[in-house]
Amino acid sequence: MTAQAERELETETETMTVREAVRQALREELERDEDVYLMGEDVGLFGGVLEVTSGLYDEFGAERVRDTPISEAGFMGAATGAAATGTRPVVELMFSDFAGVSMEQIMNQMAKMRYMFGGKAEMPVTVRTTEGGGMGAASQHSGTIHTWIAHFPGLKAVAPGTAASAKGLTKAAIRSNDPVFVFENKMIYEQEGAVPTDEEFTIPLGEAAVEREGEDVTVVATQRLVGESLQTAESLAETGVEAEVIDPRSLYPLDTETIVESVRKTGRLIVADESPLSYGTHAEIIARVQEEAFFSLDAPIQRVGTPDTHMPFSTPLEQEVLPDGDDVREAIERVT
Amino acid sequence: MYKRQRRFDERALALQRRGWMSGYPPYRGQEGSQVGAAHALAAEDWLVPTYRSNAMQLARGVPMSDILLFRRGYPEYASDHDLNVFPQAVPIATQIPHAAGLGMAANYGDSEEAICCYLGDGATSEGDFHEGLNFAGVFEAPVVFFCENNGWAISTPRERQTASDTIARKAEAYGFEGVRVDGNDPLAVRELVAAALERAREGRPVLVESLTYRQGAHTTSDDPSRYRDEPAALPDWRTADPLERYDSFLREEGVLDDDDVTEIEDEVEAELEEAVEVAESAPEPEPGEVFDPVYAEPTPRLAEQRARLEEFADREDRRDLER
Ligand SMILES: Cc1ncc(C[n+]2csc(CCOP(=O)(O)OP(=O)(O)O)c2C)c(N)n1
Ligand SMILES: [Mg+2]
Repeated sequence: MTAQAERELETETETMTVREAVRQALREELERDEDVYLMGEDVGLFGGVLEVTSGLYDEFGAERVRDTPISEAGFMGAATGAAATGTRPVVELMFSDFAGVSMEQIMNQMAKMRYMFGGKAEMPVTVRTTEGGGMGAASQHSGTIHTWIAHFPGLKAVAPGTAASAKGLTKAAIRSNDPVFVFENKMIYEQEGAVPTDEEFTIPLGEAAVEREGEDVTVVATQRLVGESLQTAESLAETGVEAEVIDPRSLYPLDTETIVESVRKTGRLIVADESPLSYGTHAEIIARVQEEAFFSLDAPIQRVGTPDTHMPFSTPLEQEVLPDGDDVREAIERVT
Repeated sequence: MYKRQRRFDERALALQRRGWMSGYPPYRGQEGSQVGAAHALAAEDWLVPTYRSNAMQLARGVPMSDILLFRRGYPEYASDHDLNVFPQAVPIATQIPHAAGLGMAANYGDSEEAICCYLGDGATSEGDFHEGLNFAGVFEAPVVFFCENNGWAISTPRERQTASDTIARKAEAYGFEGVRVDGNDPLAVRELVAAALERAREGRPVLVESLTYRQGAHTTSDDPSRYRDEPAALPDWRTADPLERYDSFLREEGVLDDDDVTEIEDEVEAELEEAVEVAESAPEPEPGEVFDPVYAEPTPRLAEQRARLEEFADREDRRDLER
């Protein structure tokens, strides 16, 4: 189903930003389920450094929108413990770069706790975190680390590219009984889109969205690069090249089928994701496509991403390093 | 009486020695401390254990066969969700933030349960110790951190672990009380931990430092003669055997005689025999079980990988697997 069709199925939509969509998802889930509560650094009164949780503290109070000490291992571990007895913590990790200080609690504890319990405990933890360059936030606050999380068995990872998916994925993550990381790209918080207002609207984990249909080349794009790829596709249409743009939305589980089906049709694939290019999300998507659609390929698969370096502090250099719609266009031009 | 724990430990060591199960961390010398503490817990309380605290798990009601099965490669026996026992932590100190979270969840649900988090002296050097205790203090989590100072962390003596003169005093930095107890006196430990749990239920966590001694090796793959002299350079009360001490105390009080001991020993032997039998007759794990507990909702990839493995394992001729 195309994302457009999916939204039309929902009776009503409202135009809002990605930030508002995440906030609405949090508000609705806090209202729906008493077991859900938020915690993180400065998420309460202050409303989060990127203002995502703004206002929720006033609505739900200090117990349900909980400020924690600066203690990433502390709240990843506490969430793991708290989830084992049935509460549903939603944790904000201020910048995904800080996953490092809590990695033991993430990869060895949260990811494996259900397994260590022999399946007798669920792990309904949601971790929301921000990713990406473009804010001049320098190398230690601009990383895109989702490959890392998508790699560890026991965890699930989603990365919305539109306001609608930001809401639907956040709600699905909170309702899931598995630990789910929601990777919010900082540069799209202001991006607007139509979002279903139905409180039961969720996007199942593991379902990609075909954001634009096309016959000539498949572009699998994530996060900020979804919008950029859609713009590129529109301008390329004038030159007679029709690109199909797919937002996987969920990185693990990954909807291989939708992507493979598209490649069978187009014979060409571009994977655009802000992760560093080596050993990453791009490689996984490409590997799956060649496993299943090798003989449908008419051209070498192209990757668009960040070079294997760190995000520069200098704004012009940062813009140089960051992948964008022009890079997607060049990649398409190389193979069409 | 914790003769049960002593005999279990001895038997487990023997079973490991003949290759019946994988590496085992004996708790010999720490039974007084562990059994005393475990008996202070109420049924609804949670125990957050480690690999070392099996005497606590046994006192809590975890069957002997579970502990053996875990060591024979059945991960689901690392915990007992029905008895409110968390999986044994092996990565050091990682269980401490979990305990804080369990306490926060108890507060959140307005429930009366408290959490007893076991840890070793070595664990106090990890970041998770700091983060977990700090969380418990800030969120008034009903947790008793039960630190067994057994003098050693593998080959590292307690003095090389921290320059702090006691472990108990570290609690001060987190805004709650730290207390020391003679870990070789089970009655004293029980009383102190019971009082600590009551305080914890009121929102005041406690750090208990139970002073005892690891009589044996760190695990079955360790040889302590490489790094420590016997007898240890510690006061006698630290290294004294808690079992002998309790035995003579009970006899002096006139509540135990040779007949009682024989009876207890017979019971324990019967329980051990049965546990070994149960563990031995447990069905071989099915290959599919490798996949089941990973997710509540398995991913399509995992389902495919599971199907492939099962197809492989279902072949008539298992030798196919080797080709
Ligand atoms: C994070 C981590 N680092 C190192 C180890 C290896 N290790 C296993 S047990 C141990 C000693 C722990 O000492 P202590 O906390 O005093 O507990 P005890 O073994 O005395 O019960 C070490 C270093 C580990 N399991 N996890
Ligand atoms: Mg020790």
